[in-house]
Amino acid sequence: MFGKLQLSDIPYNDPIIMGAVVSSTVLALVIIALITYYKKWGYLWTEWFTSVDHKKIGVMYIIFALVMLLRGFADGIMMRAQQAMAAGADHGYLTPHHYDQIFGSHGTIMIIFVAMPFIVGLMNLVVPLQIGARDVAFPVMNSISLWLTVAGGMIMMISLGVGEFSNTGWTGIAPLFEKTYNPGVGVDYWMWAFQLAGIGSTLTGINFFVTIVKMRAPGMKFMKMPLFTWTALTTNVLMILSFPVITVALFLLTFDRYLGMHFFTNALGGNMMMWNNLFWMWGHPEVYIVILPAFGVFSEVVATFSKKKLFGYTSLVYATAVIMFLSFTVWLHHFFTMGNTPDVNIFFGITTMMIAIPTGVKVYDWLFTMYRGKITFTTPMYWTMGFLTIFVIGGMTGVLMAIPPADFVVHNSLFLIAHFHNMLIPGALFGYLAGLNYWFPKSFGFKLNETWGKLSFWGWTVGFIVAFAPLYVLGFMGMPRRLAHYDNMAWQPWLIVAAVGALIIAFGIFAQLVQLFLSIKDRKKNMDVTGDPWDGRTLEWMTSSPPPDYNFAIIPKVDELDEFWAMKEKGVAYKKPKKYFDIVMPKNQPHGVVIGVLATAFAFAMVWYIWWLAIASLVGMIVTVIMIGANDDMEYIIPADEVERIENEHFAKVALAQANVNKNETEG
Amino acid sequence: MNTDITNLDAAKARELEHAHHLEMKTFGFWIYLMSDLVIFSVLFATFAVHGKNYAGGPTPQQLYDIPYLFVETMFLLVSSVTYGLSMVAMQHNNKKMVLVGLVITFLLGLGFVSMEIHEFYGMIMSNAGPDRSGYLSSFFTLVGTHGTHVSFGLLWMGIMMYQVVKRGFTAEVRSRLMRLSLFWHFLDIVWVGVFTVVYLLGWMGVS
Repeated sequence: MFGKLQLSDIPYNDPIIMGAVVSSTVLALVIIALITYYKKWGYLWTEWFTSVDHKKIGVMYIIFALVMLLRGFADGIMMRAQQAMAAGADHGYLTPHHYDQIFGSHGTIMIIFVAMPFIVGLMNLVVPLQIGARDVAFPVMNSISLWLTVAGGMIMMISLGVGEFSNTGWTGIAPLFEKTYNPGVGVDYWMWAFQLAGIGSTLTGINFFVTIVKMRAPGMKFMKMPLFTWTALTTNVLMILSFPVITVALFLLTFDRYLGMHFFTNALGGNMMMWNNLFWMWGHPEVYIVILPAFGVFSEVVATFSKKKLFGYTSLVYATAVIMFLSFTVWLHHFFTMGNTPDVNIFFGITTMMIAIPTGVKVYDWLFTMYRGKITFTTPMYWTMGFLTIFVIGGMTGVLMAIPPADFVVHNSLFLIAHFHNMLIPGALFGYLAGLNYWFPKSFGFKLNETWGKLSFWGWTVGFIVAFAPLYVLGFMGMPRRLAHYDNMAWQPWLIVAAVGALIIAFGIFAQLVQLFLSIKDRKKNMDVTGDPWDGRTLEWMTSSPPPDYNFAIIPKVDELDEFWAMKEKGVAYKKPKKYFDIVMPKNQPHGVVIGVLATAFAFAMVWYIWWLAIASLVGMIVTVIMIGANDDMEYIIPADEVERIENEHFAKVALAQANVNKNETEG
Repeated sequence: MNTDITNLDAAKARELEHAHHLEMKTFGFWIYLMSDLVIFSVLFATFAVHGKNYAGGPTPQQLYDIPYLFVETMFLLVSSVTYGLSMVAMQHNNKKMVLVGLVITFLLGLGFVSMEIHEFYGMIMSNAGPDRSGYLSSFFTLVGTHGTHVSFGLLWMGIMMYQVVKRGFTAEVRSRLMRLSLFWHFLDIVWVGVFTVVYLLGWMGVS
């Protein structure tokens, strides 16, 4: 009935794990109780869970990412605490097996369940608005992608309290993750959580690729697309072409573990290095999947807050495209030490260094955009400038490691850990947080608190430097990654400094939460009535905040790169159209949630060998997909009168705000 | 307020919206096929790496029955032709011929899958299952993934026959039949690769 699952699989005798399980369970119960008390289940179900509106799906993605960020950060700070203590005679507070699970879940969560949903969330919020569309190409599939990602996250959370998590890192270690060496359920949890989210990402890639190619407003040629949309497009290409690779790699591992096949085993004709090749054939493009859209955010932010057209738009587009192509040609630099011939290593070393060129072009473009601009130092701008400063250092350490002989010295040392955190924290996360601050008013109709936003920035920036600069030093001192304990006492002071850095980052996260809380509390003071709180340049600022369900009452015609800016210059912004039309919109559908629940059940059943449940939920998913395919009634109509009413309300607000501005100007 | 004009607008808007939507679905389906092609590429690459790792177990020459596989291949290739003929019939709105074409295609596809299952069964029974060697793992996974695709194609075809009978040739049904057609021909092309790389070259001792 329950497969391998027994009561003893719940680690109730481990106080650390149980503390985490109990606190997250209590938190979940409190939230459920509050929702029940305020009778919000119906509202959540009809307005959010079943929603196919890209704006709401985006918000749900980002909430999910922020929650998972807290869990991933908890893992991070536990590692820093362990390494600060576990020197010489002291063995720290974590057992080696527990520590091994933590570094695996930290990486998996941060990449798959924070970076991916955060960036997909921002794409959902912004891309259709930037291209003047009313929705994405496949709204129901969008909802399925969301719920598959959430299903993967659920499996991650369940692994905390039922059984164990993988002890072979977020990248997997062949052949250590094979059944022979890892008979428990940890690797299976990792594998299935990863698999579900990965399939969701492939679908997202297809969805947004079609959206951007086919649904741009009339007149918006490719070279008139806002840069965030461009980076989203390149990211989608990478998702479509690279995610199937990890899907296959994980299935091959599944066959090894469940059917005794020999893909990555060290016996009977398996090939361990095949895993590394396949993993990084996805893994390296993945780095650009999470980072390119963040570059897009920086491009939007820097132009808006410098009050200038983006410097070198064309070069930025080409640089983005070049990075997209090159990202498929560098995967082998993750294992120069595999034993390839020097020629192979040199090839991948050179392609890796070449990626620094288009990235350098971008950095200069952003700097020149700021040059002689009228810069407003808002929170998004802080994140952007912090990124520019720190990211360049990370880039240089990357070029250093692109030299194979140099890489042999620091391979799998803390130098590498410092390097990739130095890329991903400023490069990706700072971009997401800049995007969150920048587009938050668009989604919710009020701005975020600037003071706490900037405090969060300082927490992250200072904390980042204090936490990761010592890791560069430790890498040169020869400290390998993933150590639960070490005997070289010279390392300890540096690790203590790093732990302090993690605490400073914790303050940054705390400030972020305070920022959200205070902003919601004081939302009346920071209302965005016009829909254009930053004096923006692109089409998303043309709509009200939050935008109506249909985004644009009349689809705009585009002539300029910064179309909305041009409209404001010409004085044709906020003009009422002569006539409104009926608008056809997709209906909300429950299929996404249903598939998410069934996928969670399926993955859980596979982990624990509960075959009846696995088969039942798989059949359920297939039936649900068939039902979507057979459903011809997916739309509803917003009548022209209703559109007119909503639009007039918005115009009245804008007129009032403009009158106030004029009054203040004459009085002042 | 003239209700007639509003209704006209609504009908027209819906019609345009539908046409655009079906066009996007076809485009999206092409993109999906390209990502599916990546799946097969990775499996081919894995076969190229593992294909000679016999681990002391059986080799391709001992396992492949080429005449049998020729018949199996013909089933799939001919099924593509019959599907094509069925689509021609759809252009003429000939419901009966469309259904006849789909039924024949379905039976040929079913024959292909059955022959493949029979082949797999025989191999597993003679101690040449996927757990025997790296070569057999990659063989079963590549060929089996193709077979799974064909099986899902059959399921889809069954549903489409039902929809043709029940709903006739609505724009949606036509679009779905066209997309299934893309899928079916795609699997045919992949099979040409499988038959050549896995079976023929393996039988000749090249791969």
